Amino acid sequence: MAKQNLVVIGNGMVGHKFLDRMIAKGATQNWNLITFCEEPRVAYDRVNLSGFFNGKTEADLTLVEPEFYQNNGVQMYMGDRAIKIDRDRKCVTSANGITISYDKLVLATGSYPFVPPIEGKDAEGTFVYRTICDLEAIAAYAKTCRVGVVIGGGLLGLECANALKNLGLETHVVEFMPRLMPVQVDDAGGLILKREIEAIGVSVHTQKSTTKIVSENGRVHRMTFADDTELQTDMIVFSAGIRPRDDLARDCDLMIGDRGGIVINPACQTSDPDIYAIGECALHQNQIYGLVNPGYVMAGVAADNICGVDSRFDGADMSTKLKLLGVDVASFGDAFAKTSGARELTISDAIQGTYKKLVVDETATTLLGGILVGDASAYGSLLQLMHNKTALPPHPEDLLLPPRSGGENALLRVENFPDAAQICSCNNVSKSDICNAIRDNGLTDLASVKQCTKAGTGCGGCVPLVTDLFKAKLKQAGIEVKNHLCEHFAYSRQELYHLVRSSVSSQGESQQIHTFDQLLQRHGQGKGCEICKPAAASILASVWNEYILNPPHAGLQDTNDAFLANIQRDGTYSVVPRVPGGEITPDQLIVLGEVAKEFNLYSKITGGQRIDLFGARVDQLPHIWARLIEAGFESGHAYGKALRTVKSCVGSTWCRFGVQDSTSLAIALELRYRGLRAPHKIKSAVSGCTRECAEAQSKDFGIIATEKGWNLYICGNGGMKPQHAQLLAADLDKETLIRYIDRFLMFYIRTANRLERTATWFNKLEGGMEYLQQVIIEDSLGICAELEAEMAHQVATYDCEWKATINDPRKLQRFRHFVNSDQSDPNVIRVEERGQLRPAYEHERQLLTIGQP
Amino acid sequence: MQAITNQSTATRWITVCALNDILPDTGVCALVNNQQVAIFRVGEELYAIANYDPFSNANVLSRGIVGDRNGIPKVASPVYKQNFNLATGECLDNAEISVPTFSVRVMDQQVQVGATQI
Repeated sequence: MAKQNLVVIGNGMVGHKFLDRMIAKGATQNWNLITFCEEPRVAYDRVNLSGFFNGKTEADLTLVEPEFYQNNGVQMYMGDRAIKIDRDRKCVTSANGITISYDKLVLATGSYPFVPPIEGKDAEGTFVYRTICDLEAIAAYAKTCRVGVVIGGGLLGLECANALKNLGLETHVVEFMPRLMPVQVDDAGGLILKREIEAIGVSVHTQKSTTKIVSENGRVHRMTFADDTELQTDMIVFSAGIRPRDDLARDCDLMIGDRGGIVINPACQTSDPDIYAIGECALHQNQIYGLVNPGYVMAGVAADNICGVDSRFDGADMSTKLKLLGVDVASFGDAFAKTSGARELTISDAIQGTYKKLVVDETATTLLGGILVGDASAYGSLLQLMHNKTALPPHPEDLLLPPRSGGENALLRVENFPDAAQICSCNNVSKSDICNAIRDNGLTDLASVKQCTKAGTGCGGCVPLVTDLFKAKLKQAGIEVKNHLCEHFAYSRQELYHLVRSSVSSQGESQQIHTFDQLLQRHGQGKGCEICKPAAASILASVWNEYILNPPHAGLQDTNDAFLANIQRDGTYSVVPRVPGGEITPDQLIVLGEVAKEFNLYSKITGGQRIDLFGARVDQLPHIWARLIEAGFESGHAYGKALRTVKSCVGSTWCRFGVQDSTSLAIALELRYRGLRAPHKIKSAVSGCTRECAEAQSKDFGIIATEKGWNLYICGNGGMKPQHAQLLAADLDKETLIRYIDRFLMFYIRTANRLERTATWFNKLEGGMEYLQQVIIEDSLGICAELEAEMAHQVATYDCEWKATINDPRKLQRFRHFVNSDQSDPNVIRVEERGQLRPAYEHERQLLTIGQP
Repeated sequence: MQAITNQSTATRWITVCALNDILPDTGVCALVNNQQVAIFRVGEELYAIANYDPFSNANVLSRGIVGDRNGIPKVASPVYKQNFNLATGECLDNAEISVPTFSVRVMDQQVQVGATQI
């Protein structure tokens, strides 16, 4: 049988979806697919149009993969508008004069923006907001404007306001109704929405009826309202609703609704059975659906019917979730409680700027609908409860509030949804579709799940649910979520560590991985970057403990490691010698004072009981360290992701409460672990009694003396997110204590992510402290002997990095600002404050450099 | 080592150091006509850009880690880690910012910088 012609008029989101459905069904075997596209580009994501002004390009917005139509044999007439349908001869004629006969015709002509009949509506400086061409015109004109007004405070109007704001205009929204988004949100919700939107600098004028647009010098200048007020503006964008584009259908006498729209039956057929209409041009039971999801459903229904599969469109869920001007808005089901007996439950929080309403049935056991403003994170889950008619908990408000007892609300967890639950309503993807795709195709990353199932590729509202489901499935299957270090290594840090570590025992030096180049050559690609190089340097140091400035390693180090000092904001460095346990002799103190004085360094006591000397130029560093080493100091590794300090109180040596010699233990531990490189810095402390003056419980590992021995606490930290360390083991003798710390640190170094402190690492560890106790104390993994041997190697191979550096003239060459001059950086300017020097601030710098050449 | 010879005829070449003075995959800073020039040795190539980091307002770019992003040779500022395209000076993390570039070549194992800014 010869192929029949199927012509689609319109290549918007719905027109494209229809073609996509047809191709997916294999319909190209029986049909020649032909489409007219009025715009100069194929279908793009109109829903996220304002992203165009926020860095998104045409390529980001397009819905059609390059060559998709060509590869699937779709004849596309781009930039050519269909202007006439001849139903008798069954053909379509285009503006370019092409006439194509059809066996079946699909109208996906969409809608056009409604411009209210206001005097002056066609003045220069008025626009509509629908296509990329509109956007380009708006953007071009906005360059000459300061103020912009959007007429219409609905969903599209607020999207458009976002666009104007992104263009840098002072933005106003004018709405005829008493509230914003009148179709989706009630009065109380509208009020919160208005307040939130005004808070980000968009002025909202509700209940304003525009009477006139006044121009001056041929350009829009101001608008006047029915209440005799007025607003000055340089441009106006109309976004006051849409009207179906039904002119082609009208001209060929298809049945049209009283207020426009091409009438369709549940099969999406028009009054001519060979012509279908889908999307915003179609009128179904007297309703136009101005959202993309119902249009997608219609596209599927029409495709089914044309392919001979019975399928019906029975109206669509108008539930929607959006982020408008940064404010979450969601509206679903019976949002206005129109069902008889329906009851409402609202929580309005003017402080947080959130409004949440649930509509439940008479018995408060089923969810009928709701509105969320300000925080719509519960939307996906609530929609599921509604669609699946899940019985509500005794206190339905629990669904809107943070959990009462700490635990999450199990009802809202995606794992507990029924298999048939629809996760993605845009593309009608169910929970079991996603689970099956993950299982059958062995998917291990979210992008593949989206690509394979199309879930989350419509409005994106379900992406959090898809992500949760994906992670839950992977966890169930025991698969680790992909965690690549960077573009150069398709491995996580743990995997790279393992690759290097396992090369230690391989036969022959040539198989071992000693350098970044070897690692990159065998397991990576490209040249490396500032992410993988320091991470690899740290791994190599943790495994081999070679001098970090050896030529193969020097280029891998962050500047702090590269110059064995801490860079400061003016490009000079600070110097922190090790002061084990914070114990320092008067002679050492004097040397530090002398050095600081000689090199004019700013001095400050650190939180780790040491002294920090600031403002050293690179060329001064070796001279400073020569003095310090002579006086018995060594590198403090304040610059490295390494053990920093073991802080201590004076303990039983002096303190009348001390029960053990905390200082001696702290010194022993600091000397044992000095120079140990790790995924992140490691801090420690030892307290001599339960008063805990050394603050050991805020450290990566902290020790507190007891009458019987030592308590070991692990995985605490101060900083941005303080967290208390937890007790690993109590009343240990010193040997056992050190054995446990060895194992703990080496296990952390093996398994943590890059730049992950022990506390963060711990929080992600399945099984928590109980698991760590099994690994470290009971040796449940059988690796403790390895971990101890690895630590013994580290301890045995320690060398002071500064001593190694100043003894090597070739290394010292790098410690100069200019490779070809002994000058120092003239850009370093200092100001005196409280008797010391500090870097000048920018405003001081300008004053200080006035008059200089 | 391949010499890079995209200089204009008017360029005056100034020798700043021996090639061996720059460790592979690191940078140095040279003073050329009172300007601070960061010179990087990446694999077989040499690149030269200004040493001044516009984000931290400090002369530090020569001390950044070099590498590539999707094949584009780049250096990451050691202060706030913004990346700069070594060939063009463009900031890869902020299209509005770029730093000057300089021509650089190797002659008889000596590194030379073009005295006129490109």
